[in-house]
Amino acid sequence: MSTLEVSPAEASSGQYAESVVNDFSIQVATVNGSGSQTANTVLMRSLFQMGIPVSGKNMFPSNIAGLPTWFTTRVSKHGHVARRKEIDFLVAMNPETAREDVMKLESGAAVVYDEPLGLKQLRSDVHFYPVPFDKLVAPVCPDAKLRKLVRNMIYDGIVAWLLSIEMEEVHTALIRQFGKRKAKAADLNWGAAKAGYDYAAQTFTKTDPFRAERMNGTAGKIIIDGNSACALGAMFAGVTVVTWYPITPSSSLVESLMVYLKRYRHDPATGKATYAVVQAEDELASIGMALGAGWAGARSMTSTSGPGISLMSEFIGFGYYAEIPAVIFDVERVGPSTGLPTRTMQGDILSNALLSHGDTRHPMIFPSSPEECFTLTIDAFEFAEKFQTPVFVMTDLDLGMNSWMADPFPYPAKPISRGKVLDAEDLDRLGGFGRYQDVDGDGIPYRTLPGTKHNKAAYFTRGSGHNEKAQYTEREDDYVNNMDRLARKFETMRQFVPEPVVTINPKASIGFVASGTSDYAVRESCEQLRAEHGIEASYLRLRAYPFTSHLLDFIRSHDRVYVVDQNRDGQWLALMRLEMDPEMIAKLRSVRYYGGLPLDARTVTEEVVRQEAK
Amino acid sequence: MSTATIPPPPKKTNRIGLEVVNYRGGKTTLCAGCGHNSISERVVECFYELGIEPTGVAKFSGIGCSSKSPAYFLGMSHGFNSVHGRMPSVATGALLANRNMLGLGVTGDGDTASIGIGQFMHLVRRNMPLMYIIENNGVYGLTKGQFSATADIGSTAKGGSPNELPPFDCCALALKWGATFVARSFSGDKKQLQAIIKAAIGHSGLSVIDVISPCVTFNDHEGSTKSYGYMKEHEAVLHELDYVPFFEDISVEIAEGEVRDVTMHDGSHLRIRKLDRDFDPTDRLAALAALEEAETKEEVLTGVLYVNTHKPTFVDLLNLSDEPLASLPQDMLRPSSLVLDEVMEQLR
Repeated sequence: MSTLEVSPAEASSGQYAESVVNDFSIQVATVNGSGSQTANTVLMRSLFQMGIPVSGKNMFPSNIAGLPTWFTTRVSKHGHVARRKEIDFLVAMNPETAREDVMKLESGAAVVYDEPLGLKQLRSDVHFYPVPFDKLVAPVCPDAKLRKLVRNMIYDGIVAWLLSIEMEEVHTALIRQFGKRKAKAADLNWGAAKAGYDYAAQTFTKTDPFRAERMNGTAGKIIIDGNSACALGAMFAGVTVVTWYPITPSSSLVESLMVYLKRYRHDPATGKATYAVVQAEDELASIGMALGAGWAGARSMTSTSGPGISLMSEFIGFGYYAEIPAVIFDVERVGPSTGLPTRTMQGDILSNALLSHGDTRHPMIFPSSPEECFTLTIDAFEFAEKFQTPVFVMTDLDLGMNSWMADPFPYPAKPISRGKVLDAEDLDRLGGFGRYQDVDGDGIPYRTLPGTKHNKAAYFTRGSGHNEKAQYTEREDDYVNNMDRLARKFETMRQFVPEPVVTINPKASIGFVASGTSDYAVRESCEQLRAEHGIEASYLRLRAYPFTSHLLDFIRSHDRVYVVDQNRDGQWLALMRLEMDPEMIAKLRSVRYYGGLPLDARTVTEEVVRQEAK
Repeated sequence: MSTATIPPPPKKTNRIGLEVVNYRGGKTTLCAGCGHNSISERVVECFYELGIEPTGVAKFSGIGCSSKSPAYFLGMSHGFNSVHGRMPSVATGALLANRNMLGLGVTGDGDTASIGIGQFMHLVRRNMPLMYIIENNGVYGLTKGQFSATADIGSTAKGGSPNELPPFDCCALALKWGATFVARSFSGDKKQLQAIIKAAIGHSGLSVIDVISPCVTFNDHEGSTKSYGYMKEHEAVLHELDYVPFFEDISVEIAEGEVRDVTMHDGSHLRIRKLDRDFDPTDRLAALAALEEAETKEEVLTGVLYVNTHKPTFVDLLNLSDEPLASLPQDMLRPSSLVLDEVMEQLR
């Protein structure tokens, strides 16, 4: 039985006879550094407060000020939050891109634009609403220096009138955005929003069909970005040493964590910190510190993106062989170096699985939502200490930096567990220990922490050349024994990684396998395939590597399985090919998107239809 | 069964009841005569004599002959032989996790001044509480004799080719950018090196100890400026050093102007006896000037160049809890469900 919601096909854009309620995308095209973030957030929150499911995606350049930026708010009564290719409602504020933005619209779309841009002449099949922003902003913002920022709030007022967004909600969102401390700024912006609203009411006759209407689709929900959700997960996991080096799109993870830690993780009795955050000199140092801390018994983490992971490669391999826990957040992006650093990608799956030289394999955990960013981050910290190894938490720019609706996070049910750590009493009882000995047959050895007051506690940590007692060796049998135990440990992980989320559709002969943010596009695509093409599909969402038996069962029970990758070379597919038998591999097909934007359902649907027709 | 057994002579122990053997490590695999072995011996003696609890010490190293040596001393201490040039980061992380550990880093000139210069400089900048011994021989031993970044201009390799680039002076770098204990010594000078290591143990911030430690296999020939022979002729000893640990009586009268006492963090005293020059080891600029002067005169200046017992360490700056982060209980680490509710409410 499918758990997927059956919904009618969405009406395609075009000339509408009747209103389109709560099912459209608003795109605001501005220049970055112009302060449009506040206006966009207020607009999105106003809709959210009206109970309408929304998602916000910021497409921004690698630049501080002056280059084009687009912020897209998708409004969907069905709760779809994937990127939608089609834009229904454009706010054109950027002279650089205005023409192209307008020409890309489908027939029937609406455009609010800065009057001097003279866009009206471009097309006759879209609805135009010219606004003299400079004229409107002058009376509401006497300080000329602030006008660049405040004029953005005018479009919030204009759009509110055109889409029937309630001004009380705009006001609430605005107050919330500025907080009590910036009441003056809030007043100024509220004046601008009202001026926009009044201008629209006096000037325009609404001709486009798009309309927002209060509904009950967001009750109890929160809005949060994935990076902040991971940060909260880390704090509630009890992280103690946090190391990082700034890199888009991961910087805001630790920045947000610092705010939370400062607020909630000081000893109330002494005021002292129960954590250390270090902005390191580079990613080599940040992973070195995280491993040093993990070795000494801290819950340690670092956060980075692909280029940082490349630099960490040697250390992470060392962490694998020396068996040191650490959690590494990889907020994936396009790269390396310059070249689309502010665009999203699932580009590190294959390289992280095998990172570093020699026979290394690393566990990875893949959240797809803010809720999972929180819960799976806590799991990752537990997992790292249970298995004494570096663990990747894999997100991407889309999940990490964009705003998502989410259910409130559940308080962790299980107590913190530090894994197989021996203390002085244990050592007394055992009379000693072998650091790399497989006592329990699960491949996971016991460790002691520096500072353990016992004359048998110490061991010497080094790379791959050691025997069961952590003594230096270059013997063939010692090396092989250790490698085989590490392989055994990796096999044990399969029973403890977060299981995939499987949705079996009994009528389906095809299935999807995807992870992370591909989830939203794949779920919407399942609906499109059914409604538009009569194709039924099952779906397995991976939440971890190593793979579990669920994946094999899923592939076995379908004729063809589409592996969705947000990269050119099909990294998930490649990883499956490394491990699977030929008859399994023969069933795998590949859907790949690698344009740097969040994956959309249409791309997935079209590719599946194309391949199914073969 | 004899009734007339002679009781064995009482074993010699230190103030915490341990024997010197408790401070030893595995058998060295370095070359006979290697300066690094002498340094290992000094470490054993100093930690034994001061009665340091070995389980409270953590050893860190990078890669190279020097970095292998922590396996040859303090076998009862945890050790971390990390990756090339990156020991400072590992030590930093570990000591933040457990601020109660006494950190001892051992590195080489390649590990610090070539591949590791970046991490070294940032370690210095943070004044991380760590004792950082550079076993400096100017060459890479394990890869058979290439120059490192501390090799002097004109110093020749074993095959005769001269080094053409100027050296990094790790003491000058450490002085300039924030280390709070800076010393240079020679592996062959037992007494001086002992006093320096002991003083570093009693120091609360970062101590950088650059020890000229000749490589008998690849850099002990005529033409080398890091050989035993060169040091014999070019070492300029800055002052005579004694170390009086906090648990010993310091009642000996000292003549005015001849001796200067520096009180270390743990209450021990570094006693500095003037030789042929006036030198104030709390004057950073004077230390830098002395290094410059020595360089012009082709001297290797040894002794304690700088001590600053006041500057806050990185651990102080982070306002870390007194209890090590690694052993904090769950109720200190996981905020209550009320906190989660509060955060969720703010996001609604």
